[in-house]
Amino acid sequence: MILRDIAHVRTGDKGDISQIAVFAYRPEDYPRLLASVTPQAVAQHFGGLGGRPIVRYELPDLHAVNLVLEGALLGGVTRSLALDAHGKTLGAQLLDLPISPE
Amino acid sequence: MSGRTVRIGGGAGFSGDRIEPALDLLARGDLDYLAFECLAERTIGLAQAARRGGAKPGFDPMLDERMRAALPLAHPRGVKIVTNMGAANTAAAVTHVTEIARELGLPGFRTAAVLGDDVLETILGGEFPLVDREGTSRDLGASIVAANAYLGTEGIVAALQGGADAVITGRVCDPALFLGPLIHEFGWASDDWARLGQGTLVGHLLECAGQLCGGYFADPGVKDVPDLARLGFPYADVSADGTAEFGKLADTGGRLDVATCKEQLLYEILDPGAYLQADVVADFRQVRIRETARDRVAVSGGAGRPRPDTLKVSISYEDGYVGEGQVSYAGAGAQARGQLALEIVRERLRLTGAPVSDLRLELIGVNAIDRRGRPSVHEPGEVRARVAGRAATQAGADRIGAEVEALYTNGPAGGGGVTRSVRSVLAVASTLIDRTLVTPRVQFEAA
Repeated sequence: MILRDIAHVRTGDKGDISQIAVFAYRPEDYPRLLASVTPQAVAQHFGGLGGRPIVRYELPDLHAVNLVLEGALLGGVTRSLALDAHGKTLGAQLLDLPISPE
Repeated sequence: MSGRTVRIGGGAGFSGDRIEPALDLLARGDLDYLAFECLAERTIGLAQAARRGGAKPGFDPMLDERMRAALPLAHPRGVKIVTNMGAANTAAAVTHVTEIARELGLPGFRTAAVLGDDVLETILGGEFPLVDREGTSRDLGASIVAANAYLGTEGIVAALQGGADAVITGRVCDPALFLGPLIHEFGWASDDWARLGQGTLVGHLLECAGQLCGGYFADPGVKDVPDLARLGFPYADVSADGTAEFGKLADTGGRLDVATCKEQLLYEILDPGAYLQADVVADFRQVRIRETARDRVAVSGGAGRPRPDTLKVSISYEDGYVGEGQVSYAGAGAQARGQLALEIVRERLRLTGAPVSDLRLELIGVNAIDRRGRPSVHEPGEVRARVAGRAATQAGADRIGAEVEALYTNGPAGGGGVTRSVRSVLAVASTLIDRTLVTPRVQFEAA
């Protein structure tokens, strides 16, 4: 199973920070989302992404986590040399993060 | 819902956004207000650079087209317009809109300018630590072209109290474009943190327009969205306590439900418990979203705490040039030929002593946007080699595209479709300044 089977995402940017919000479709999958989408697992998944340690905010009422990836945008939208300077494609790349079936 | 409600629409999520959905809201939406959020992080700097060059007046380049289309629909219906399309020259934007109102035959149309966001002199006259990086504003020195503070609602509310039909601002906090009218309508106190937090929530959900209604959401087969070519923009029916129901017009594309609202709720939010605004520190952790009908949701639970003592300031500064070149390869061995192309360009730039730095060499289709850090197992049918790098001068940056183009006759077999570009870079840094250093002002013009 991959994250895409239980969750949806939206990616935003602020300066040199990428932000990925991850939402469980079903409330009962929220514990699994919490267990799978850890800062360590996300950092390992994005092996080609630099930046500082990832911060995760938990939102139990929304069955969501908000991941904040500082320094992930190669200097930020305004000066980045990246093809996707906003990092808008990152969330979709997170969706194939492997998760445990139960 | 009970009691009086105010209906406010989201008419644009960025400067280049579609215009028809906003006109549709004006024509059929029974709105009280329509706000257009058009000012991205670096837009003011770009507008300021254009203004300095003398080529452009410095306000949003889409202002003329948007207002010519919107005012004839808005004015007869009594819909008030709020927008940050003033960019780097809000006063000139107001004069221009007043001129448009005259041409359209809307006598007495009052447009207000919210001024005071320009803090360039303050920044140049002091030394302010930069946020999120080392150093201070002084390190950016003579390259600084603009510095603008994120204002709150104060000027917008004063403009509406003064009878403005349209309010034009420069840099303000995006949700303030929506929160301002709500404060004006409901008379919320400037320390009513709970309502200001709830009103900020309303503004945050509307400020990206179509993104609340299924834009930036579709993933075919998993998250389907109907008719994105006719995506409807959202409006909110806001009650005096700040709770709101969001909707979109019948017969428009898109979808508005718990899932689309949740995604937009956290969009570009860092700490959901502390969304820093000039008017309030909003807290979205206990927000509740409930579907009340098809394409209609009720939203409540936004909270707030006392506003910060500082305002965020965006500093735009010139940061040299970026040169770029691209070339495509297809068929068997495409990836290897693309990789060879990158290596040739790297070596050529070194051999010729091109004054470029921070070179980025990548294959679109293989590793240009993919950050998952594991090699693809599939050989792509086509790749596009991309080289980008920095230089202090335009001529230096142009060397990159020149070397990519020279691959036509000097590079791997079968390279096609070269494109090359050079752009000047206007970068943005942020700092915080004491709010007492910033004084919003309002000026009116009548048609």
